[in-house]
Amino acid sequence: MPELHELTIRECAALLQRREVSSRDLTQNALARIEALEPKLRAFLTVTSELALAQADAADMLLRAGDRRELLGVPVAIKDVLITKGVRTTCGSKMLEEFVPPYEATVVRRLFEAGAVMVGKTNMDEFAMGSSTENSAYHPTHNPWDLTRVPGGSSGGSAVAVAAGEATYALGSDTGGSIRQPAALCGVVGMKPTYGRVSRYGLVAFASSLDQVGPFTRDVHDCALVLNAICGHDACDSTSAPVDVPDFTEGLDRGVKGMRIGVPREYLPDTLDAGVRARIDEALRALETQGATVDFDLTLPSTEAALAVYYIIAPSEASANLARYDGVKYGFSYRRGESMWEDMEKTRGLGFGAEVKRRIMIGTYALSSGYYDAYYLKAQKVRTVIRREFDAAFEKYDAIVGPVTPTPAFKIGEKTGDPMEMYLNDVFTLPVNIAGLPGISVPAGFVEGLPVGLQIIGKPFDEATVLRVAKACEGMQSWRAARPPL
Amino acid sequence: MALDREEVLHIAKLARLDLTEDEIATFSAQLSEILNHFDVLRTVDTEGVEPTAHTLPLHDVYAEDEARPSMAQADVLAMAPVTEEGYLRVRAVLE
Repeated sequence: MPELHELTIRECAALLQRREVSSRDLTQNALARIEALEPKLRAFLTVTSELALAQADAADMLLRAGDRRELLGVPVAIKDVLITKGVRTTCGSKMLEEFVPPYEATVVRRLFEAGAVMVGKTNMDEFAMGSSTENSAYHPTHNPWDLTRVPGGSSGGSAVAVAAGEATYALGSDTGGSIRQPAALCGVVGMKPTYGRVSRYGLVAFASSLDQVGPFTRDVHDCALVLNAICGHDACDSTSAPVDVPDFTEGLDRGVKGMRIGVPREYLPDTLDAGVRARIDEALRALETQGATVDFDLTLPSTEAALAVYYIIAPSEASANLARYDGVKYGFSYRRGESMWEDMEKTRGLGFGAEVKRRIMIGTYALSSGYYDAYYLKAQKVRTVIRREFDAAFEKYDAIVGPVTPTPAFKIGEKTGDPMEMYLNDVFTLPVNIAGLPGISVPAGFVEGLPVGLQIIGKPFDEATVLRVAKACEGMQSWRAARPPL
Repeated sequence: MALDREEVLHIAKLARLDLTEDEIATFSAQLSEILNHFDVLRTVDTEGVEPTAHTLPLHDVYAEDEARPSMAQADVLAMAPVTEEGYLRVRAVLE
């Protein structure tokens, strides 16, 4: 039998329901694992042992009474971008170092109502801006497959917590790849649902037209279970879609026979790492073997422009969203200036890290008088073109498949000096946010001991097909088959 | 497109960001490189294309006009740096 920290949600639920383990056992095991591994990994910003044990005891009472809900009593880690009532929420920033929120994010509330046990809040790039978790104002997080490498980002802590067995599953947020990219680099499943599928109420805002919350899990079935709990309309988020939520675990095993899979030429450039290319080709052959047709003739010509669209739209929205950090209402406050304006400028100058300032500068510039039409408005028009290209592709294909990242995990410090180089990590993931589509990363094997992710992209609100294709690929390489060398 | 020191300072002022001398120099170079990359947008024909603000077919979402309890004032002010008699205290805006 696998050890407790290696179990999926479904396996935990089975053991809990048969009373072979208690939620307290699972929780204590996760907390012990966190204590043992954190000096090496640093995936957490806050560990909530007391809360977790109290939630575990409450779950055990319900389990004894016959409650059979699958998330009940199972340990989860939450990215520190999600507001947790009474539990410090830093967003990876010094600006919010002592911020204890007065309310709960809708997704967190939904998990708690489903009986989840929160073991802690995970590390991230400051305000979710980054692709390596090196922009955390607190410390970098280390990839469990090679401690000298980054876990990806911005949800690096959540990906590591799941990969290393510090929690059974985790929540992250994805604005341009921040769930899928770290999931790929850490060898776990990570999904960004359709824009509007999951409430953003209580998700600290980065780029409001792109942000979406989603799960990190050890297999595709678990991903479906977590989606079942977190998806659905929320009146507190005006961009939450009033769309029915199916049971995502249904039809997972129906296979891909007869499905049409498109592979965009632009997602397999000559510059793609040869090892990554090999793993993607293997996955595509496996899909063909199972009866899908794989077509390499798909072209999404605006893929190259998507990077520019993203780095105009996301910083523009961020520059507006982050205007709220003024040292007056909450958060870090500098009070020793000559004037109100000096206090505000110093509060923001000292409270924000380099990448956040860089993006506020880009966004402020793109929105400023005289440049708005050339940058922001043009980017929004190209956004329409990008979405139309995807819409046209989905008239021919059931799903679009390709790599998640151009390379496996890179070394800590390797790309911090060159923002453009860092931004290029997200070329295959950010078009999905621009178009508002669902996308998943599933483990597709290894290159020299480092995990590779396969990306599957679906039509709006068709997470079910994405999950079905993901499930068909999963047999090739599961988290359990190869565990990080810790 | 290259940003000089004056332009960097102007944007920083609009964004209410105090920058160090090092940051001004670094951002001047880095922002110029990033802005140059944006030139790729000119290659996409957007004649007659409407802009997309977000991808959902949702507009003007209304809530029922009914009173609901809000968060307690003390909870909302608990994280404020300085308060006075139930208000947020700020320094003089006009001098």
